[in-house]
Amino acid sequence: MEFRQQGTPGLFSGQPPVGPGPVGHESAFRALGETSFTNYLAATQPHLLPGRLPEHATRAQASGPEALGVPHGTTIVALQFAEGVVIAGDRRATAGNVIAQRDIEKIFITDSHSAVGIAGSAGIAIEMVRLYSVELEHYEKIEGVVMSLDGKANRLAGMVRGNLGAAMQGFVVVPLFAGYDLDQPDPAKAGRIITYDATGGRYEEHLGYHSVGSGSVFAKSSMKKLHSTSADLATTVRTAIEALYDAADDDTATGGPDTIRKIYPIVVSITGPEGAVRRPKDEIAAVVDQVVAGRTEKPAG
Amino acid sequence: MTMPFYSSVDQLLRDRSELARKGISRGRSVVVMTYADGVLFVAENHSTALHKVSEIYDRIGFAAVGRYNEFEGLRTAGIRLADSRGYSYDRVDVTGRWLANTYAQFMGTAFIEQQKPFEAEICVAEVGDTAAGDQLYRITYDGSITDEPEFVVMGGTTEPISTKLKDTYSTGLELAAAIGVAVEGLQAAPAPGSGNGSAGEARTLGVSALEIAILDRSRSRRTFRRLEGPVLRELLPAANRASDEPTPGGEVAGGDEAPAGGVAS
Repeated sequence: MEFRQQGTPGLFSGQPPVGPGPVGHESAFRALGETSFTNYLAATQPHLLPGRLPEHATRAQASGPEALGVPHGTTIVALQFAEGVVIAGDRRATAGNVIAQRDIEKIFITDSHSAVGIAGSAGIAIEMVRLYSVELEHYEKIEGVVMSLDGKANRLAGMVRGNLGAAMQGFVVVPLFAGYDLDQPDPAKAGRIITYDATGGRYEEHLGYHSVGSGSVFAKSSMKKLHSTSADLATTVRTAIEALYDAADDDTATGGPDTIRKIYPIVVSITGPEGAVRRPKDEIAAVVDQVVAGRTEKPAG
Repeated sequence: MTMPFYSSVDQLLRDRSELARKGISRGRSVVVMTYADGVLFVAENHSTALHKVSEIYDRIGFAAVGRYNEFEGLRTAGIRLADSRGYSYDRVDVTGRWLANTYAQFMGTAFIEQQKPFEAEICVAEVGDTAAGDQLYRITYDGSITDEPEFVVMGGTTEPISTKLKDTYSTGLELAAAIGVAVEGLQAAPAPGSGNGSAGEARTLGVSALEIAILDRSRSRRTFRRLEGPVLRELLPAANRASDEPTPGGEVAGGDEAPAGGVAS
């Protein structure tokens, strides 16, 4: 196990090596040189990792998300623009033909300059993002510096790969990563979008936009026509909401803006000076009103 | 371990205590104190890379003196424990009292069972929702733990600093005033290696000689923040702003100033 202590400094010797199984606080003092929280958790408390099946749940018993009726997240979009990147998601979770939740939040700010949107099996995905946020913060605290953007992207790939067993039984998690690269001096190039497949494959999107989830086909077509990477923040937020509207228009699992209940998409912008910021509800409500007004005139946008 | 001759437990523990105390008193000092908006850490440290003060969790900070490799191990263990607990319970369930107790258990056990005790002394500080909730715990090499209401002075020559702070410290100081009190306290101690603690020449610690951080009650989640560069310079007493001399030639900037056991020099 890569996690075991290297060397035997006098203070820590004579104690059993770290291994799986129930352990007290002792293991924390013996994990020399380990900067990954996920690795630490895997070595000490593996049952806490997201997507791990209990030992007695065999493959035959596991019957997939349909039988269990667990909620599914739907459409996420990310767009690169002149000052960074914007990531947005609708608010619907579905379980089969039922709307499981109308106001679920699927965009998470994971550290000062990154955010992750999730589509797929919501329970595992939310747990995965929670672990991922701790992973980034843990590294930052232990090392005293922020992880590089490629490092962040790879750590998330590792987590998606860790979920492959559950994915093969239907509990697929597909995150969409958006981050601002602090090592890149040109803000127009610093916003980056990275996508994943269920095996942990990591793909960088160079075209400046991407979408995941059930409505992604429609959202991508919309962004292909509307989005420009040289746009400013306000225009990019508007394009994101147009794309989510188009996804909701044609995909039953994606929720459109709910003007009756005042439930609007979650939009997060990530720029150099401000970092990751969740756009305030009032701002998004105003943009949604414009989009809805536009569609009232011309339903196809 | 093999013990060729009998030595009394009493003698063994005394020897270990002496070793630990000598190790801790060789370095430079750290002051931790509460102020109006939270907790202030002030360390005399010329290094910008080898820190003595660190963030542990949302509302918990850590300061240490002694052997760098030992307290660095304690620091990272604290971060692991806090992150594990926050992940498996909830972020609000990670408390300074719990962490300080865990450190005390571990250091106390090491003091009894290991050949060599920790040559380190640490302070776990927690910022509360109000000033009444601020907590400073001091944990020493043998696992002794104390809860100190106002300030903690650790490492190096502590007596002159404690004496000075007893006169100048008061609760509810603003940040700049609190930094002034802490820095003047540190300046009351002689420079390490400048003889046997005789008054020596007056020192003026500038930005490059100080490592300062706060747990700021007004911040929403992660309250720990380092104060560096121009921001720090503005907060220092006027006499210290000008002082910014680099580390004296040939001296180490931070980390350990003497080898284990302290045989050299």
